[in-house]
Amino acid sequence: MKFSIMISEGPYTHQASDSAYLFTKAVLEKGHEIFRVFFYHDGVNNGTRLTTPPQDDRNIVKRWSELAEAHKLDMVVCVAAAQRRGIVDPEEAKRNSKDTDNIAPGFHISGLGQLIEAGIQADRLVVFGD
Amino acid sequence: MSDEMMEDEGVVKKLGYVNRKAPYGTVYALESLEVVLIGAAFDQDVSVIFMDDGVYQLKKGQDTKASEMKNFSPTYRALEGYDVEKLYVEKESMDTRGLSADDLIVPVEIKSSEEIMQIMEDQDIILSF
Repeated sequence: MKFSIMISEGPYTHQASDSAYLFTKAVLEKGHEIFRVFFYHDGVNNGTRLTTPPQDDRNIVKRWSELAEAHKLDMVVCVAAAQRRGIVDPEEAKRNSKDTDNIAPGFHISGLGQLIEAGIQADRLVVFGD
Repeated sequence: MSDEMMEDEGVVKKLGYVNRKAPYGTVYALESLEVVLIGAAFDQDVSVIFMDDGVYQLKKGQDTKASEMKNFSPTYRALEGYDVEKLYVEKESMDTRGLSADDLIVPVEIKSSEEIMQIMEDQDIILSF
């Protein structure tokens, strides 16, 4: 089965990103396909490479990056939500004259159309939020 | 986005948005409305459901001046122009909050929680905010 995932909450405050990660991993382990993982609302904060969680805790951002690398996941951060919250890739940094970017490996910034498409193309769109 | 739309041409799914939160206090309502507007370009069979505190999103006479928030409620009136015409409001949520259809800025269909459940059941995709 083909799944798309939407994540509406940032890392650590809410468990949504953890649950989404574990679900995504389980989907892949069972041999299903992940069409896209879409980060919206505060969920875009899962995509900053600048987090430094304590060493004895899970590293939520890094975990997503590694999963994306291992399974060639399409992980999309919503551009409108990202602009509000300061999640920036090199292209966006240039376009909006920012002095740096902070997007984590495996994430990329794109439009809300990607969310609708994820719903249309997948057999199931699973939303992880508050 | 035009490439995507080409790719999806012909696929029409029942796409339901569920709004459960007050318009201000959190950003969910505003960012939900942004998805509805963008999603309209995909020519899907769209329904928008308002329940719990989400019914307040459609309340007439919103005045956000004192809180310095952007009053985005007029945008709901534009939905019709995007062919988003199926707006459902849960009766129980309205009753609990002392609201009637006259209090809302757009025409809606008021449905019982059982009917709302059926509408949700009928959707191919549910995006909840």
